[in-house]
This record gives sequence, structure tokens and C-alpha cells, in this order.
Amino acid sequence: MEIVQLLIYGIVLGSIITLGAIGLSLIYGIIRFANFAHGDMMMAGAYIALFFVVTVGLPMFVAFPLAMAGGALLAVTIDQLLYRRLRRTSPVILLISSFGVALVLRSLIQLIWGPSIHVYEQGIKLPIRFWGLGIKPDQLYILGGSVALVAALHLFLKYTRIGKAMRALSDNSALAQASGIDTERVIIWTWVIGASLTAAAGIFLAIDTQLHPVMGWRLLLPLFAAAILGGIGKPYGAIAGGMAIGIAQEMSTLVITPAYKPAVAFALMVIILLVRPAGLLGGGTK
Amino acid sequence: MIELVGIPSILVYFVTFAGIFGLLTLGLNLQWGSTGLFNIGIAGFFAVGAYASAILTTDASESYLGGAGLPFIVGMVGAMLVSGVVALIIGLITLRLRADYLAISTIGIAEILRLVLKNEGWLTNGVRGIAGIDKPWADLLGAGWAQIVFLAVVLTALGLVYVAFERAHRSPWGRVLRAIRENEATAQASGKNVVRFRMEAFVLGSMIMGLAGGLYAHFFGFISPEAFEPELATFLIWVMLIAGGSGNNRGAILGAFVVWMIWSGTELLTNRLPADMATQAGALRLLLIGVLLQVILLTRPEGILGGRKRRRQPAPTPDD
Repeated sequence: MEIVQLLIYGIVLGSIITLGAIGLSLIYGIIRFANFAHGDMMMAGAYIALFFVVTVGLPMFVAFPLAMAGGALLAVTIDQLLYRRLRRTSPVILLISSFGVALVLRSLIQLIWGPSIHVYEQGIKLPIRFWGLGIKPDQLYILGGSVALVAALHLFLKYTRIGKAMRALSDNSALAQASGIDTERVIIWTWVIGASLTAAAGIFLAIDTQLHPVMGWRLLLPLFAAAILGGIGKPYGAIAGGMAIGIAQEMSTLVITPAYKPAVAFALMVIILLVRPAGLLGGGTK
Repeated sequence: MIELVGIPSILVYFVTFAGIFGLLTLGLNLQWGSTGLFNIGIAGFFAVGAYASAILTTDASESYLGGAGLPFIVGMVGAMLVSGVVALIIGLITLRLRADYLAISTIGIAEILRLVLKNEGWLTNGVRGIAGIDKPWADLLGAGWAQIVFLAVVLTALGLVYVAFERAHRSPWGRVLRAIRENEATAQASGKNVVRFRMEAFVLGSMIMGLAGGLYAHFFGFISPEAFEPELATFLIWVMLIAGGSGNNRGAILGAFVVWMIWSGTELLTNRLPADMATQAGALRLLLIGVLLQVILLTRPEGILGGRKRRRQPAPTPDD
């Protein structure tokens, strides 16, 4: 029974990681840039929702889309202010810049809300029990919300013009540019999509656990592991990668002490980088 | 016996610390500035060096491994060797990877090392840390002189590493490193074993970071996992190198001193904050440094002394 219970926790964590990893993977694939501020963008999204829920007093189902929009606005602002000007230099300069952005975001949040933990609402929620297993209602919302968001992303990428342009840029940027795609516009859209999914992931993580300034930084490694596992620039791969990392992290507590859970994501990532650098679903053509 | 108080004491403290940062920045400059290896796990190597030296030199203890009670110099050599071995193992796994993958891997390794320091109490005494790490000849010299002698030790180490790295930079070995940084494929095509050269630079740079860690442990006398959070031990070093000018050893040291001065200056600033904001001071200081980094990247990406951009190019010489 314990295994099934851990599997359930793994799927919940996996869907949170998936939402974050999709954004990371899209940005990596389209803007060619490993965004080290991604975990902290997740954290910022969770705190923006905290502002709407606790400070303004809105119900969560209103605060949630507002926080997603807030996360997207934040990302586009950072991009226009910093990354747009640095894009012409080497990708590594962007990487260093994003590392700094991560720190700026974390210290800003800590300045406003302080270093201690917060929750959206007080009180203990009892898990629903069935066949000796427990799942909290919140976790059901997280699973349902993740499925809905991934489905929406799928429709967006498949049927809208801008979604098609994003996939084209990710697959072959030279060819996409030659066929007249406006790169800067696609980049802004990539940030909007990636960052709003990431903000959603942050809110789900905060619902599942609690809000803390380092909650996102701690998740950066699993996010990268999931994106690399699924193949950089492949949003559908990120789903498989996110689930694999989430389940592996929770299941690992059967054999190792929980303190080393983050090491599991890392070990999986290193193995995949050595064995299949193109990712699990990668075709191996690149 | 003298006791250092007031301004001289602050000055000795400041310069010693700047020298330790200078060593870290030189190590990073060999890896990133000369070879293009993107290491953001500096905190990990720094911590390994600090713990290695602490375990080798403190008196025997029940609560963590060792206390071998060996002399200071053994601690320093040990710090470098252990960091070197850790770097070798990591390098074998990750140095074949692309720059961004290497960066992600080094973050992971630093994080795992931090978890080990925190959770393996038998080795490191866990979160309680290791105390009583003496400065060399402390009981002979008295507290005041020990501080001054230690400053001299740090500056000597910094000077030696600087001279060695400058010579290495101009040697055929250094030229191969720069060739790899500029164009890996060409270096490979001209018969250089790229992975081996990268490994040498990575291990050597990490050993210097380990040495800095060892010196830090003796400087403070107490270490715990908290001292090796990536914010300070990794991020500040990167800002120092970029501010000073990556690829340039003098720039690396200058950057270490200037940014350390700014960082210390922000402490004076935040000390003036009202008491109820005191807990936020650390966050405010990091925020300022983060903004400083962005300003440097946007306005002067080559740093104070430049380096990578301003390559003096006389007539092409038949290198190597």
C-alpha cells in the first residue's frame, strides 16, 4: 500500500514539476537560453497569488488566473529590460544574467513578505480516505488543474498561428526565420506561455506545501532534470520527464533517506545526459 | 602580545577576506575566463576544502570524523587534494557536456555536497558545524599577531597562485586552453586532447577553490553548512570575476577587492536600517549585488580591466 501511496504523491509532485518544466523547455528550445531564474519565477507566481488571496481577499479561483497573468507580465518585463539587450552576446551571458535575476527575485520577495513561511489559508484539511490510501482534496485540484492547463497548451501549440510558429522556431530556427516568422514576437509569446504555466506550478506547489522564498530555487534542479529528460524544446517530452522525476523522487524514499531526495533528480539527469543527451523522446537527429 | 582593535583590526579582517575571495576568483578565472568551463558549484569546492582542512587540523573529537591534529600546512595541502579529487570525479562525468549542461550539473553537485555536510553528522557534525579551528601558530603568537601572520599567509598564497597562473596563461598550455575556449572544434582538429585540457583546468581551478576554503576555515575558526549557501559563496564570486574582467588574472583579483568592498559597504548601509527591518538586511544586500551584476552586464560586459574582448593581437605567431 505504501508504494501506491508514494505513487500518488509522486504523480502530484510530477504534475507540478511538469508545468514548470514545460515553460523551461519552451524557453530553452526557442530562445536558446537555460533560464536559471525559472525556479524563482515559480516562487514569484506563488507569492503574487498570495497577494491576491490574502492582501486583496479574492477567492483562489479568481486569484489563480490573475497570478498567472502577473507571472507572465513579470517575465516579459525582465526579458525586455535585460535579456533582449543581452541576446546578441553569447548565450552564457544570458545564463549569468538569469542567475542574477533569480537572486533579485528571491531577495525582493523576502523584502516584501519576509523570510518565514506563509499559507493561502490556515487550518488542516483531512485527506479523503479510500482503500487505505489518502489523498487531500487540494491534491485532486492540483491534478485536475494541471491536466486542464496541459490540454490548453496542446490546443494552443497545435491550432494557433503563434503556437505553430513557436514549434517551428524550436525545431529549426534558421528555417523558421527564413520563412518570415517574427522572432521577437514569438519570444514574447514564449515568455507569456512559459511564465504563466510556471506561475501556476508555483501556486500548486504552495497549495501542496507552503510558501517560502527558496521554494522555487530548491526545485530548479528537478525542473532542469525533467526538461532534459524529456528533450530540450519538446513540451510533450517535458510531461514525461516531469512525471518520471516526480515519481522517482517520491518513490526513492523507500530506499534512501528523504534528505537526499533532490539528489535523485540529479542522478537521473546525469545518467540521461550521458546515455541519451537528446532526451528520452528525442529522435537523436540533433 | 598585541590585541588588534578598531580600524587596524577591521582593515586586517577586510584584506584577509578579500585575499580569500581573490583566490576563489582566480580559480574561477582559470575555469571560466581561460577555458570557458561554466562552474556554478563554487560553493561546493569551497566547502570541501574548508571541511577537509578542519578535519585534518582540529584536535580529536567524538562528534565528527577525525580531529587528526595535524599542522596547518597539512590542512592546506589536504584541502587542495580533496577538492582536486572531487573535481576529478565530477569532471569525468560532466566535462564532455555542453556549457549549459555543465552549469546545471555543477549546481547539482554543490547542492548534493551541501546535503552531505548537513546530513552526515559522523563526518561533519551536521548543522552544528566544526569549531575550534586554529590559525597557524596561534598559541605561539597570541591573537593579535596571529591575525597579522595569517593575513601574510593569505596574501602569499594569493601572490603565488597569481604568478603561477600568469605563467601558465602565457605558456603553450594556456594557449591551448584559450584555443579551446574560442573554438573547441579547431583545437580538436589541431590534435589537442580537448577533454584532457579541460579536465586539467577544472581540477586545478577547483584545487585553488579548495585552498581558499581551507584558509577560510582557519580564518573564521568555525564552519557550518550555512556558510556555504550558494548565494554568497558562488554568486558573489561570479560577480567579482565579471566585474573585474573574466580572462584577466589581475582583473579577477581587482574584482574580488572591489566587489568585497561594495558588499561590505552595503552592510554599513543596512546597519542604519531600523531594528525591525534588520532581518531583511541580508535580502536587501543581495538585491543590490544582483542589480549591480545586471548593470555591469549591460554597460560593461568586459569588466573593469577587460580581458576576453581586448585581446592584443600582434602578427599571428606559430603557436604550438
